[in-house]
Amino acid sequence: MPLGMETVSALRVKSLYKVYGNRADKAMELLKNGAHQDEKLAGLPVTAAVVDANFEVRRGEIFVVMGLSGSGKSTLIRMLNGLLAPTHGTVEVDGIDITKLKPAALRKLRREKISMVFQHFALQPHRSVLDNASYALEVAGLPRDERREKALEALRMVGLDGWADKLPQELSGGMRQRVGLARALAAGTDIMLMDEAFSALDPLIRREVQDQLLELQAELGKTIVFITHDLNEAMRLGDRIAVMRAGRIVQIGTAEEILTDPSNDYVAQFVADVDRTRILTASAVMERPLGVVDVNSGPRVAARVLRETQTSAVYITGRDKRYLGTVTADAAAQAVREGRKNLQEIVSTEYARTVDDTTPVADIFAPCAESPAPVAVVDAAGRLAGVIPRVTLLSALGSISTDVSENTATPEPTDVAGTTPAASGTAAPEVPVQVGAQAPARLTEGPA
Amino acid sequence: MNIIERINDMLPYVRIGDAFTTGVDWSREHLSAVFDGIAATVDSLVEPLASLLTTPPAIVMVLIFAGLGWWLRGWKFGLGTALGLGMVAGMPIWDQTMSTLALVLVSSALALLLAVPLGIFIAENPRASAIVRPVLDLMQTMPAFVYLIPAIFFFGVGVVPGALATVVFSMPPGVRLTELGLRQVDREVVEAGEAFGASPWKILLRTKLPLALPTIMTGVNQVIMLALSMVVIAGMVGAGGLGEVITTALFRAQVGAGFEGGVAVVILAVVLDRLTDSIGARTAAAKAQRAMQQA
Repeated sequence: MPLGMETVSALRVKSLYKVYGNRADKAMELLKNGAHQDEKLAGLPVTAAVVDANFEVRRGEIFVVMGLSGSGKSTLIRMLNGLLAPTHGTVEVDGIDITKLKPAALRKLRREKISMVFQHFALQPHRSVLDNASYALEVAGLPRDERREKALEALRMVGLDGWADKLPQELSGGMRQRVGLARALAAGTDIMLMDEAFSALDPLIRREVQDQLLELQAELGKTIVFITHDLNEAMRLGDRIAVMRAGRIVQIGTAEEILTDPSNDYVAQFVADVDRTRILTASAVMERPLGVVDVNSGPRVAARVLRETQTSAVYITGRDKRYLGTVTADAAAQAVREGRKNLQEIVSTEYARTVDDTTPVADIFAPCAESPAPVAVVDAAGRLAGVIPRVTLLSALGSISTDVSENTATPEPTDVAGTTPAASGTAAPEVPVQVGAQAPARLTEGPA
Repeated sequence: MNIIERINDMLPYVRIGDAFTTGVDWSREHLSAVFDGIAATVDSLVEPLASLLTTPPAIVMVLIFAGLGWWLRGWKFGLGTALGLGMVAGMPIWDQTMSTLALVLVSSALALLLAVPLGIFIAENPRASAIVRPVLDLMQTMPAFVYLIPAIFFFGVGVVPGALATVVFSMPPGVRLTELGLRQVDREVVEAGEAFGASPWKILLRTKLPLALPTIMTGVNQVIMLALSMVVIAGMVGAGGLGEVITTALFRAQVGAGFEGGVAVVILAVVLDRLTDSIGARTAAAKAQRAMQQA
């Protein structure tokens, strides 16, 4: 079946295993039958470095593989470009299964499609920065002038254009790794593998090169597989994160998914000491708005909802459920008294501040403090996704600093069809609301 | 006690010597063409080089070496070379010194021609390394005189047996240090070559060998030093040069002549050692190492 290139993942890994040792075949059999390596493999002289890895890396994303040392992540990344041959399973690069390639074809694929950045930079100490940056082009057999031009361009991108003639040893650690990055960029491949690329750097320098990587990524849109043992780095860089433990991938998801919904205690412990206010966004702490009224329903409806919900303002949505603003109890009562029919005239945006649903929690405190009514959370299409009352923000803050695994699903109001706040935004204007219901602070943990 | 002595008496004479003799005899009979070829080759290398070195007046050669020393290590070493070799030129053994130099250079070159490729091979093949290492140990620990006996058998008396015994004796450090140098190359740098799709051949030539070069140059230095240490022994089988000066002095109990020969060997050794050492220090990888230490 002819698939467009867009639909083929940049990388696809299927039931990938790597077992070291003499009895690898026997161990493979046990593993495939579901043996946990600690138990049944104990008697065999083998090490299962990667067990049943399955994932796809989309074009243009930064896919982070995170795990402690010995979790198999370095072995995994080396199977992605064939530096290590898997014991079992397939690795597809642009739809080509590289485990079946002959050595020469594999080298060609590496030259054309995948480059790599190493933990200890792996620069050639006897050659200049420029020669190092142009290494991939030299291997590919480009003429000297062309290689020099492209390598200088790559060095310029990482901010090292003045250093081309130095030896790598004359540079600081951070600069050396930028040479490593330039070498990978100059290769011009779509996929870049980064093996603990920033782990050997000082924290401040690390932060700097992380920023630089993100800037370059925004410009170039490479597909990056990034290995790290540093959770904060994973959260900062990763569009998606795969958490590895003892050779197995235990969870794949966005930073937020892994924080709010860890798949097991191991992941939960791992993420326990992250500054969540930077990672969690408004959508993770927002709750269902108590009163939502369609703009066409009129002041009377608004007044009734206000009475039922015992709140000081209702949220008004227009066509396509787009958020327009709030109507306060006073304004509604006055409009009813004056016999007005149109809600549009009394909608105000003063009474409740608005934030984007992707705003980090850390940035919601100020609007929340200024806003008399709960802050309105708006999604990318401008629809009302939810609201964040002050008390919810504070309780969310309390709960996100305790162990995630203790949080169990909170019962939702029973009379609402959708269980997520986004769904409630699309509910009928006259939502009968349970005023007394304790709103769940952690909505994504609902039974949805 | 009795029993032990009886068992002791029962120990057979293990005739490895006979076996070796048989091997040598067989080789001499069947491989004479090969040995003649080797002899002719070595002869055609040593003799012309020796005559080339002895053709100019001694003082010219002294100045050439001094200039080389100045260029490679600086004026102090150049001056030292001029004084040392000038002293040798002032003794009646200049020609012998030059023919010893020719013998050492040819033997070392042949030894390295075998040692470096072998070192590369066993660095890439751990199994071959396990086989070659004990053989190298044997070559190095076998008393050097022992090589002379079969060498005379094959090549008669003269320069050739001396040169070939020298090749065998001086080869091991060349092999070992080549292997060591290649194994010391940072694994990640080699991996980077692979990751960017370079062929094994290209990685060897452009990455591994340049990085191993300082260590290989240490091997070259060791090979030359060992070759020089063989010249006196080679003198016993008629290789000429300073070896002949010293052995003759030994047999005739001429203390002064023996000392002169010995001093000439020492001066030659120092000059060769420092010159090869400075060539190693001038490689790109050695410069990189120094840059790293400064940083």
